[in-house]
Amino acid sequence: MSLLAHEADVAVVGGGLVGAAIAWGLARTGARVVVLDEGDVAFRASRGNFALVWVQSKGLGMPEYAAWTKRSSDLWGGFARELWEQTGLDVAFGRPGGFHLCLSEREVENRAAMLARLHNQPAMVRYDYEILDAARVRAMLPRVGPEVAGASYCPLDGHVNSLRLLRALHVGMQQRGAAYLADHVVETIEPRDGGFRVTTRHGEVRAGKVVLAAGNGNARLGPMVGLDVPVRPQRGQIIVTEKVAPFLDYPVVTIRQTDEGGVMIGDSVEEAGWDTRVGAGVVSAMAQRAVRMFPLLGKLNVVRTWAALRVMTPDGFPIYQQSLSSPGAFVATCHSGVTLAANHALVLAPLIANGEFPADEFDVFSPRRFDVPATA
Amino acid sequence: MFRRLPDANEATVEVTIDGRSARVRPGDTVAAALLSAGVLASRVADVSGAPRAPYCMMGVCFECLVTVDGAGNRQGCLVPVSPGMRIDTQHGKREAGR
Repeated sequence: MSLLAHEADVAVVGGGLVGAAIAWGLARTGARVVVLDEGDVAFRASRGNFALVWVQSKGLGMPEYAAWTKRSSDLWGGFARELWEQTGLDVAFGRPGGFHLCLSEREVENRAAMLARLHNQPAMVRYDYEILDAARVRAMLPRVGPEVAGASYCPLDGHVNSLRLLRALHVGMQQRGAAYLADHVVETIEPRDGGFRVTTRHGEVRAGKVVLAAGNGNARLGPMVGLDVPVRPQRGQIIVTEKVAPFLDYPVVTIRQTDEGGVMIGDSVEEAGWDTRVGAGVVSAMAQRAVRMFPLLGKLNVVRTWAALRVMTPDGFPIYQQSLSSPGAFVATCHSGVTLAANHALVLAPLIANGEFPADEFDVFSPRRFDVPATA
Repeated sequence: MFRRLPDANEATVEVTIDGRSARVRPGDTVAAALLSAGVLASRVADVSGAPRAPYCMMGVCFECLVTVDGAGNRQGCLVPVSPGMRIDTQHGKREAGR
């Protein structure tokens, strides 16, 4: 890129799934968009995620998040179709419903109690879910092992090929005129002349608005525009097997067969800072549990294991906020960049183009919720 | 197609290849045993349907995938033969559990 200033209506900082979905959605409204991304060595949760579009069990403690999640799940089919029609890329979205399998009666009881608490919250969005006994699980998932004692099932759950999703968003946003600048780590953001001056090692960008969608990088960037974004990395590890003939018709929260045939296994949660190393202990525990759920997995060859970093807030819920001190600067950050991609593209981006997050719907996602002093 | 160099050690072990008994050399890999037994196509590609044969013979190319003692997608060039081993050429996608 030249050292001349890029000019844009909106500069999106971050080219992962959150940034790319918002940039695609902004370009779709006709805005001139520039996306400033890191290089290949970025932490990039978008390339390490599990690719579920997941609804069940989300929102305990914030029913508005459950509603926001369900809304994205409902928009996902049309979103995937539009991406396919525009780019010719099939992101392999499917919503057959999803399972959370339990390996003992006690796990089933705990699961049922948790979901009852979730759905008993005042103002909880209504949707169907079921607790299934072992026989009903076996009728839908004939390959489960004898230890499976039951499950929760929600018809809104699904999955997607998230690597192809990232590619489709990048292809699609550039087809609509967005400029994508890789290896442009943002160094400073300054309010200037009613807009923003964003500097990188390779030059600067002038934009009317700026959107922080840089995942864990938002913690560093937020204060430049008066936003407090308390996010931290949280490690997850994933196993993928060789490709096999389709045998699993539904995603399970910890096991899914991709459209290409590989079986992904993963559900670990670790506080490990910025360490992305894979640990044999965690991987073997995940594999053992997966084989108890589906014994036929035991013979498959593992092709690869990896770790990636979630983008985690103190309460686990997303942050969406426009800066009060620097209006025109927005932050969007969450750990469910796949599930919420449809919302980010089709709901959030038009609001950003319009310059406002409506208070009645979005105040709940403000980081001001973390400022409440803890009671003694 | 393949012919062995003269070798003082004429010992053999018995294995089955697609259900037929075959005598192969101890120390051979499964891929070498298949080639010397005249079985040139070790699998049929799961996408194109084309017959495929062992190629690199050193664990890199994954062309020699075969089913060994019931476990699919083993790299034939990395598995030494053993007495009584069941070797089956592969046709189509591997199925989980087989």
